[in-house]
Amino acid sequence: MISITGLSKRFADAAGPAVDALSLEIGAGEICVLIGPSGCGKTTTMRMINRMIEPDSGSIVVGGRDVTRVDPIELRRSIGYVIQQVGLFPHMTIAENIATVPQLLGWDRARIAKRVDDLLTRVHMDPARDRSRYPRELSGGQKQRIGVARALAADPPVMLMDEPFGALDPITRASLQDEFLRILRELDKTIVFVTHDIDEAIRMGTRIAIMRAGRLVQYDTPEAILARPADPFVEAFVGSDRALKRLSLLVVSDHAAKDPPPGGAPTVLQSLNLRDALSTLLSADAEVAAVVDAGGAIRGTLTLDTIRAAGDLKTEERR
Amino acid sequence: MLADAWHYIVTHPTQFGTALGVHVALSACALAIAALVAIPLGLVVARRAGWALAAINAANVGRTLPSLAVLALAMPILGTGFAPSLTALTLLALPPILTNTIAGILGVDRDVVDAARGMGMTAGEILRRVEMPIATPIVFAGLRTSAVQVVSGAVLAAFIGGGGLGDFITAGIAMMAVPQLLVGAIPVTLLSLAADYLFGTLERRLTPLGLRAA
Repeated sequence: MISITGLSKRFADAAGPAVDALSLEIGAGEICVLIGPSGCGKTTTMRMINRMIEPDSGSIVVGGRDVTRVDPIELRRSIGYVIQQVGLFPHMTIAENIATVPQLLGWDRARIAKRVDDLLTRVHMDPARDRSRYPRELSGGQKQRIGVARALAADPPVMLMDEPFGALDPITRASLQDEFLRILRELDKTIVFVTHDIDEAIRMGTRIAIMRAGRLVQYDTPEAILARPADPFVEAFVGSDRALKRLSLLVVSDHAAKDPPPGGAPTVLQSLNLRDALSTLLSADAEVAAVVDAGGAIRGTLTLDTIRAAGDLKTEERR
Repeated sequence: MLADAWHYIVTHPTQFGTALGVHVALSACALAIAALVAIPLGLVVARRAGWALAAINAANVGRTLPSLAVLALAMPILGTGFAPSLTALTLLALPPILTNTIAGILGVDRDVVDAARGMGMTAGEILRRVEMPIATPIVFAGLRTSAVQVVSGAVLAAFIGGGGLGDFITAGIAMMAVPQLLVGAIPVTLLSLAADYLFGTLERRLTPLGLRAA
């Protein structure tokens, strides 16, 4: 869907290149997270995709079109854009904000009104109550919901998101991450997502591109990056708790044994991840947990040994 | 004394009417021309860093010049009468409108402009749909300052034969005739207050709903 080849950019006043011969393939429906320390070129890379920044060399092909050969205005109208500070228009109502791109594209009123209401419902806002409110009346989390709805308005196949949850408190952030992950998957969008938060990257990404000094250091699935960091930089970047992070990607039901649990074993929900299950076992000082479904019915057992084996990065390496 | 002033107005209706008319015409024309020059100029220079700074500096120099000096300088170049007075008053009205237009545009949150650009608005669309509406209250605050300055500054037009209510004030001072002085001074004060009220109201009315204090 997005194909980046040999992309470079050097800013006039900078010592080194911001982006240095970067190549990256992003498949349709992927959530590609660009991550790295400040100044690694992740935001610059993202902004070159919709030509907010013009590349010095290299090519970017989006949906078969070389972006440098498309009118930048038309290009930007066909790509969703969400930024950390949201940037809602303070003088416009929520509905007018969401209607921005459809209006620029010349949709008729009825179609725009319907689209606005559909999107408000999708991001869990109430159209009747919220469509005529103003941005200043919203909380930070609500603003970002509208920011995402606005970017989705003209149904672009590709979305660029620059630290969209960075300005939110941890609780709001976690719930919005889950919510948007679901929405974006439902809509089957291809997403380029910039963050500096490795936990967010692991949670949101189908693939993670780790960047350093304008170069791509490692590009792989979250599981693979946690299991096999390409070099000491990536290993340090993903953190010393990468084994635990990996457990958080694995679901209890995939690792439970069918055996009936012993009496008095602590229970864990089958939809939990192994990291939470491990925590339950440790706090109960137990070796075995009973796996239950949402209704409370026993589904099997999960042992500490199973978790240990699942989380063993060496096992993963041999596979 | 007030009764004497009122008596003067009643006995000289044409003279008073003409002076009032000239005063209002001078002020309104000066303000209108200044707005037509300063607002577009401000919009053009605001996003060009060097130009905006130059414009603001020039405007600040203009602001520090005493009104009388501007009028006095206009006389040797443009002569006496309505036109030189209008020119001088226009110069007087420019700085607040120009600086406020620039400040209004620069005051628009950069993230808002970035979002607008990222969604595919052209520079013109960003100006019309985003920057101008958000800057409107600040531009009107500038117009309000200019209006009050011009109405009171127009008194000085009397010194270079521009007419207006200043004629009564200068004559009143020259002849030590307080009632006549008041015939000029009181209406000028009322006009200033009216201009302030008018533009204050416009400023509030034209502030987009989303930007008004809750």
